[in-house]
Amino acid sequence: MSVSSATTEVVDPVPGAAAPHLPEQPDLVQLLTPEGERVEHPDYSIDVSAEELRDLYRDLVLVRRWDVEATALQRQGELGIWASLLGQEAAQIGAGRALQDGDVAFPTYREHGVAWTRGVDPLHVISLFRGVDNGGWDPVATAFNLYTVVIGAQCLHATGYAMGLQRDGAEHAALAFLGDGATSQGEVNEAMIWAASFSAPVVFFCQNNQYAISVPLERQTRVPLYQRAAGFGFPGVRVDGNDVLAVLAVTRAALAAAREGQGPTFIEAFTYRMGAHTTSDDPTRYRLASELEEWKLRDPIARVKAHLSRSGVADAAFFDSVEAEADELAKRIRTGTVEMPDPPGTAMFDQVYAEQTPPLAAQQAQFEAYQASFEGSEH
Amino acid sequence: MAETLTIGKALNLGLRRAMEDDAKVVLMGEDIGRLGGVFRITDGLQKDFGEDRVVDTPLAEAGILGTAVGLAMRGYRPVCEIQFDGFVFPAYNQIVTQVAKIHARSRGRLAMPIVIRIPFGGGIGAVEHHSESPEAYFAHTPGLKVVAVSNPIDAYWGIQQAIASPDPIVFLEPKRRYWEKAEVDTGATPGPLFASRVVRGGDDVTVLAYGPMVKTALQAAEAAAEEGRSLEVVDLRTISPLDLDLVFDSVRRTGRCVVVHEAPVTLGLGAEIAARVTETCFHSLEAPVLRVGGYDTPYPPSKLEEEYLPDLDRVLDAVDRAMGF
Repeated sequence: MSVSSATTEVVDPVPGAAAPHLPEQPDLVQLLTPEGERVEHPDYSIDVSAEELRDLYRDLVLVRRWDVEATALQRQGELGIWASLLGQEAAQIGAGRALQDGDVAFPTYREHGVAWTRGVDPLHVISLFRGVDNGGWDPVATAFNLYTVVIGAQCLHATGYAMGLQRDGAEHAALAFLGDGATSQGEVNEAMIWAASFSAPVVFFCQNNQYAISVPLERQTRVPLYQRAAGFGFPGVRVDGNDVLAVLAVTRAALAAAREGQGPTFIEAFTYRMGAHTTSDDPTRYRLASELEEWKLRDPIARVKAHLSRSGVADAAFFDSVEAEADELAKRIRTGTVEMPDPPGTAMFDQVYAEQTPPLAAQQAQFEAYQASFEGSEH
Repeated sequence: MAETLTIGKALNLGLRRAMEDDAKVVLMGEDIGRLGGVFRITDGLQKDFGEDRVVDTPLAEAGILGTAVGLAMRGYRPVCEIQFDGFVFPAYNQIVTQVAKIHARSRGRLAMPIVIRIPFGGGIGAVEHHSESPEAYFAHTPGLKVVAVSNPIDAYWGIQQAIASPDPIVFLEPKRRYWEKAEVDTGATPGPLFASRVVRGGDDVTVLAYGPMVKTALQAAEAAAEEGRSLEVVDLRTISPLDLDLVFDSVRRTGRCVVVHEAPVTLGLGAEIAARVTETCFHSLEAPVLRVGGYDTPYPPSKLEEEYLPDLDRVLDAVDRAMGF
């Protein structure tokens, strides 16, 4: 399977002309239509068993339930903030399930679906948004790096990690996640230059969800994002980000190419953030309700369910069992969140350094003495 | 085993030895390979260790630091050369937001044994952005350690100790002193990296300096001695963490303290040191702690740098003021 390289064509060369996104998408890779129909693509094919299809559906449903529960927990004051992945489940599950042992993912702060595929405990992700820590999972054991909040930096980390893989002669790849907004960051562009110059085994997976908080895509780019890759000297491909099969196929191909020494690929997963940027955001201020309604028709889960039903691969009992599992997961997340203890005050001093400095140790001792001075007092 | 080395050559030999000792050490920077660096600090290393270990990078400082983070996550020990002090700011986000915090935010699961080498300071008649002293920015950042070397012996050992350290270190090299020479015993056992040192004993005033200003302070002490004044000179060596116990001991004896650095005085290292000395030695002080540094202006065009930079006379002027209290 090869990664197609696109020719760069400036589709929107005139300032003020129509935005390059909706609705024209001549190069969109799609294997499952919004109606749930399996279609073929000349460059990408995928052979998934009935069990794999059911597993993908299960992944999609469970991460959406996790997301819905986390949003509710935030509304009830249990989380400081939550960054919803609603609408981007297929992009994240497809990309995450394309990873193999030895590959490492470098997420932004919204990749809960990828975290799920790496076996990260949802409560470890939640603990970040509750303010208990900065991410409680082990980035080495899970091969899922910590979230990156100042976006863009992680693309360089992935590229550097990939350069390490090259030096080790390891046939693995790094998968860098970014959004449409991040493509404007200098660090992202530097990462692509480095990746190309060193032919590093890294794949840039861009979830183009159409908005950087409130700013639409056309403020970030005048060409379709996937076409930028040609300027850096490696293939770019646009995939239907709401089609889990197409995302899986395209990401698998790109990772395989990277592992085989063919260098980087840029994937633009064309999708839509159906919820707010975070629970602090109000998307009604910057986008039309009709746009959301249009995207609801392209829901990433509904099409898999339709396909599973129509092809007879899953029956009502299966869908019921997934729902029951989702209920259980939501319950576990709710209970685990509410019962999550606050960290001890001294935790902030831990691991600032591998070798703590005497001045910091003195500050910690001062802090502890100050805290202890309240013990036994009424206030 | 003793040989006469310049600071530049001592750094070159120290880097070579670190690379021989640990195959995970990778040097990264602009023009450090074939050219050997604009100051030739990495001269000959790419030829001997190959392009995978001495990497001529694209011209992008954030890229150097950002990929160094990824390499560190993979178990490497990157040593990044920032060509000139003023060029570090494109990498500032990676250093402050990522390099400094990853150990803490990963709860110690990810180490960042990265060394950021920066030739710093003025006095070489350079154009703008080539003569700055950015140490306070980094010393203000928890998670980073900052050291400044002043002589070939510390350069030779310090660079090796910094590379062996599990924490990220900003390693400041006094570029105008690169050609200063000293005998370096490469078979000796080095002292600790994060320790200040008295480099000249004295009784009247304690003068603190680091990097290029150590020589200036020593010259001032020499001149003061001719006038019958005895200055104790301390080479701070480590800027973060500060190691001030020996400074406190000194100030308790002298009662007077002058801090010298090239960086602007406002919120510079001198401000922090003055606060700490005052907190700890309040009852021993005969005069307020005085600061001699750059003015609060952008680093001036080179025809004015002699007026901007602390020199022997400005240090002696501060000593006079301290003695006059």
